[in-house]
Parts: sequence; structure tokens; C-alpha cells
Amino acid sequence: MIERLKRMMIKEFLQVLRDPRMLGVIFGVPLIQTLVFGYAVSTDVTDVPTAVVDRDRSPASRELVAAFTSSGHFRVVSAEGGMERAQAMLDDGSAGAVLRIDEGFAGDLEGGRTARVQLIVDGTDSNTARVVLVYANRITERFSGAVRAAPAGGVQLVHRAWFNENLESRNFFVPGIIAMLVMLVTVILTSMAVVREKEVGTIEQLLVSPITPAEFILGKTLPFAIIGYVDVLLVSLLGVFWFDVPIRGSVLLLLLATTFYLMTTLGIGLLISTACRTQQQALMMVFLVFFPFVLLSGFMFPIENMPRAVQYLTWVNPLRYFLVILRGIFLKGTGVEILWPQMAALLAMGAALLAAATLRFRKTSA
Amino acid sequence: MSDAIAVAGLGRRFGAFHAVRDVTFAVARGEIFGYLGANGAGKSTTIRILCGLLAPTAGRAAVAGVDVAADPEGVKRRIGYMSQKFSLYPDLTVEENLDFFGGAYGFAGRELRRRIDAVVEETDLRALRGAATQSLPAGLQQRVALANALLHDPELLFLDEPTAGVDPVSRREFLALVRRRVRRGATVFLTTHYMDEAEYCDRLCLIYRGELAALGTPEELKDRLMKEAVLEVRTGRPLEAAELLGGLPEVRGAALFGESVHAVVENPDEAVPRVRAALEAAGFPGALVERIPPSLEDVFVSLVEERDRREGEIREVRR
Ligand SMILES: Nc1ncnc2c1ncn2[C@@H]1O[C@H](COP(=O)(O)OP(=O)(O)OP(=O)(O)O)[C@@H](O)[C@H]1O
Ligand SMILES: [Mg+2]
Repeated sequence: MIERLKRMMIKEFLQVLRDPRMLGVIFGVPLIQTLVFGYAVSTDVTDVPTAVVDRDRSPASRELVAAFTSSGHFRVVSAEGGMERAQAMLDDGSAGAVLRIDEGFAGDLEGGRTARVQLIVDGTDSNTARVVLVYANRITERFSGAVRAAPAGGVQLVHRAWFNENLESRNFFVPGIIAMLVMLVTVILTSMAVVREKEVGTIEQLLVSPITPAEFILGKTLPFAIIGYVDVLLVSLLGVFWFDVPIRGSVLLLLLATTFYLMTTLGIGLLISTACRTQQQALMMVFLVFFPFVLLSGFMFPIENMPRAVQYLTWVNPLRYFLVILRGIFLKGTGVEILWPQMAALLAMGAALLAAATLRFRKTSA
Repeated sequence: MSDAIAVAGLGRRFGAFHAVRDVTFAVARGEIFGYLGANGAGKSTTIRILCGLLAPTAGRAAVAGVDVAADPEGVKRRIGYMSQKFSLYPDLTVEENLDFFGGAYGFAGRELRRRIDAVVEETDLRALRGAATQSLPAGLQQRVALANALLHDPELLFLDEPTAGVDPVSRREFLALVRRRVRRGATVFLTTHYMDEAEYCDRLCLIYRGELAALGTPEELKDRLMKEAVLEVRTGRPLEAAELLGGLPEVRGAALFGESVHAVVENPDEAVPRVRAALEAAGFPGALVERIPPSLEDVFVSLVEERDRREGEIREVRR
């Protein structure tokens, strides 16, 4: 059993690593997608017109404002005037963001307490708003790090997106890319690997050997599960180190959730392969199911804004649950006590899909 | 424990279509049994049933004493199978293919190496162990596939058109390898539509549209036709000659054999001069007409034509 499984895995890896197209799917696509998404979302956001409401008027507060402007992402359009004026500017669009520093900012810093600043962004264009928040976070963190060198408290950015309250729950792109790519890569690899055996004719040779359906299924999923983990790692690292995406929650929980999610995607891949005879058919089928999964996941469009009937559909979408889990772990540092319903949903769907695939595989081979 | 394969009333339907119908035969141990038939005759369907890959819809089949419907896994362990489709991983090397399939049979470590060395030696593939399978010519690929099927020393070998698309020299080499295995005690069931391959078999079963049409040694099958005779007719225009001969009352059947035409006649002494005269009259001067011993292909053609005639008559009567 172990020997047979080992042989199957060695063989799958040999085949994948020898196929330049497959190598592209595994490593090229994730890297390129992450970079493209990362830059497509970020490059066009510079010089955000910013209204500053500085009520502290201290050297420290001026330094913070300078940190914002020197980053190149923010341009101060109004440094005088109170909150009302800033709000009015946000309303008529002459300002895209309001940076508010309350009295006591410098005092808090010196006293070793957490100093709060508030950033309000125009959320009508949620993508831009999201990126603006990423920048602001980065700037304040850096500022905070600089002042912390002296024995002082840090700065915490309290941000608020106006006009689009969903912004916070929708959040950043890296978790979405991880979920999307892992699905795409593992579903393609699994379905292709099985259909290729049918196309070439080796499936007959396998069926006549003592390999059991369970061994076959394991041999056809474990290698791609491993590749799935590698992709999660790859995109995460790129996100964390290149795009400064925080990872606040438990990495262990991330791996566990990935396992459950992979069960669903591998199950889908296997099911597709039982229904197709050629690799071309399989590829078409993959994209046929992939796009609805992505569109109905909350990755691009908030689920809350979908018609009710469509919202129900998203309940059977593994991508939806994994996105919630990823965003929770990456951005909010949420733990299993909050994410367990999503984890349970993925586990249940994964088990059901794999069971269905095993059953169908038995039938088609009989 | 007498017969290697025992088949009784075997049938397989796909929907309303009978791919195999009411086939009965037995194969003795140590025999090379040829299963002969045209495209779509039901050869692969039969072989897949016997290998436990496809459940029969009628009748019974036992392979090495194991019932294929009741215990297909038991059958699979005892047999080696070369499917009609290419059955190796083209992107892996010869060695990697053997490693994989050996592993599939549960062999590992030194045992696996020993077995691979043995079959590589047996099939004379030493120099090609590291070669990418897809880069090999068809004849060598078939040899690798055979090596694969021999890894676990099966008592029975099922070969589905093993030499299709392979040149005659490689085909002969391949058959010699099979023959050597048989001498070591294996039983072979092979399907083919090559007549020279069929001549090589100890016994033949002719299958026509899913049904058994004839069964016997190649000699028996030829003898059965001896009451008729085969005339070889050589002219410059074989196609037209075949058409003409087919229309003559004393000719039961005429078929093209390369450059010549074979005509089956009942009474050669009377038929030869009449055929000559008819050819002469139709403008084939100097045609060579000669009586020849029937080849298996003649048997095949005449059996099929006879069957078609019978079925035609049945259809006439029904109408
Ligand atoms: N799974 C299937 N479903 C429906 N029809 C099938 C199936 N498998 C085979 N057939 C039909 O059964 C008939 C016999 O097929 P089979 O493959 O046994 O022929 P064969 O003698 O091996 O022919 P060939 O020389 O082309 O390999 C064919 O008409 C084929 O179309
Ligand atoms: Mg066939």
C-alpha cells in the first residue's frame, strides 16, 4: 500500500516536473498573478489629495504629516480648518482622505501610551480606498517604529472608510489570490492527471494492476495537495514580503484550513476527470466551474450585495469559506473560535466531494 | 485446474448492441491462442472481460480457474495484459515505467530491481533503460510494454493486437519473445488481424460481428476449406479481374490479395479452363491461373462470405 502510493507519487511528480506547461501552471501563474494584481491595484494611487486636521500642533504631529507627504502617496490640499471643512471637502471630492490628529498625540507618544490618529478615506472607489489604507498603515507603522526607538509609545492608525461600509470586510487582494490560484492550480492538475491516463490509455494498465481505487485516488491527489501547499506558501511569502500584507493569525490554522480547502478542490478536479475523456474537455470544464466559483466568492463583489437567491448559491462555494478564513487569519488575526463554522463547512464539503469522486471512479472502472 | 481459460456462452451488450454474443471456447495451459477478427468484431471487448476490466452481461468466463465476474481482482493478480491502446507513460523513461508498474504490483527494493533486470534482459532492452519511451520506434515500445506485462511473472498473458502498426521484422522478434515465455509455462491469449501472426498460434478462434465463426488449429481451419480450392489469378489489372471473377457462376468468392486475385471454386479441374476462357474473352490476355494451397486469409474471407450469404438468405426469408 505505502510502496504503491510512493510509486504513484514519484511518477506524478516526474510527469509534472517534466512538463514545461505544468511548471508554468504551478509556479509561473501564481507569481505573475500576484504581481499583476499587486501592481494593478497599487500603481495608480499616488498624490491622494488629503485634508489634514491637526489639533495637536506639536513637532511630533508635524513629523507624522511629513511622513505621509514624503511617501509620495499623499498630497496635503488643506492644512487649516477643522473637521467640518474636511468633511465638506471629502463630500465634494476635492479631498480623497482626511488625516485627523487629536490633541494629546505628542503627549501620548512621550508618555509611552498608544497614540491614535484617524484616517478617513473616500470609499466610493473601494479598490483605491483599500490601497490608500494599506499605505497609511505602512507609513504609521514605520513612523511608530522610528519613535519606538526612543522609549515611547507607538502610533495606531484608526481608519474608517466612508460611503462604503463593506470595505473593511472585503479587504485585501492577497488572500483572494491565494484562494483563487490554489483552486485553479489543483483542479487543473488533478483533472488533467487522470484524464491524461485515459487519453494515453495507461488507465487500462493501472486498472488491471492490483492498485485499489483508494490508492489511485490518493496517488492522484496527494502530489497536487503538496503542490497546493507550495503555492499557498509562495503567494503568502510574496504577499508578506513584497506587498507588506500582514499575517496576524496562526500559520498553523492557515495550513489546517488549506488542507480542508484542498480536499474540496481536489474532489472537484477528480469529479471533472470522471466526466471527461480528453484533456481539452477537462480544461473547458475547469474554467466552466472556476468562474462561477470566483464570481460568487466575495472576492470581487461583496456577497451582501448579491440577490438573495444567488447568496444561497454561495453557500456551496468552498472559495467563499476559504476567503473568509484567509482574510480572518491574515488581516484580523482571527482564531479557530471564530472561524470554525467555515472550517467545518470546508471539511464537510471536502469529504463529500472526495467520497463522490471515489464512488464515481469505481463505477467508471467497472 | 485443467483449462487456463474456459468461456461458456459469453456475451456483452452495450445498450441494444451485442458486441460479443454467445461465445464458447477453452484454452489449454501452455497454448498460444489467437483471437482473430476484423475491426469492431469484439476482440477487445472479449479480452477486457477476460482481464476483469469489463463485466460480462451473459455467460461465464473463468481465467486460471477464477470466475471473472465473481472475483475480477483475483484474475488481475494472475495475468499480464497489454492493452490495444499504447499503455506506457510516454514522458517517462523505460526504467521509470518499469519502476512504476513494478511498484504498482507491490514490488520494492532489491526484489523490484531483480525483476526489472530480468525482464529487461529477456526482452533485450538493456541499452534503452534510460531512453524516453516516446522517442522509441513502435516496435521497441511494444517490447517495453511486454516487459511491463511480464514483471510479475503472470501465468497468463493477454495481448490485444500487440503488434499493430509494427514492421514485420519487429513483429517476428516480438512473437519469438512471446514464444519463449510460453516455453517457460505461460499461456497466451492474443488478438490480431494479421494472418502471419495468426499462423503463429497453436489454435485460432475466428470472431465475426461478436459471434464465434470458427475454432481450430490453423491446419484444421485450412483443411476445412480443402474441399474447395483457391485459384490465384495474376493479370495486369487485378481490380477489374476481381470484379469479373466475382460474377462467374463457378466462382464462390473472389478477393484481392495484393497484385493478384484469389478465387474460391468448388471443382478446380473444371473451373480452371473456364476461368481462363472467361478472362481471355473479357480482354485479359495471358492471365496466369494457378491452383494454390489456401492461406489463413483465404479461410477467413471464405468463412466471412459464407456467413454473409447465409445471413442474407435469412433476411430474404424474413422479408
Ligand atoms: N464501451 C462501449 N460502449 C459502446 N459500444 C462499445 C463499447 N466498447 C466497444 N463497443 C463496440 O463494440 C464493438 C466491438 O468493439 P471491440 O473494441 O471489442 O472491437 P475489436 O474487435 O477490438 O476491434 P478493433 O480491431 O478495432 O480493435 C464495436 O462496434 C464497438 O463500437
Ligand atoms: Mg480492439
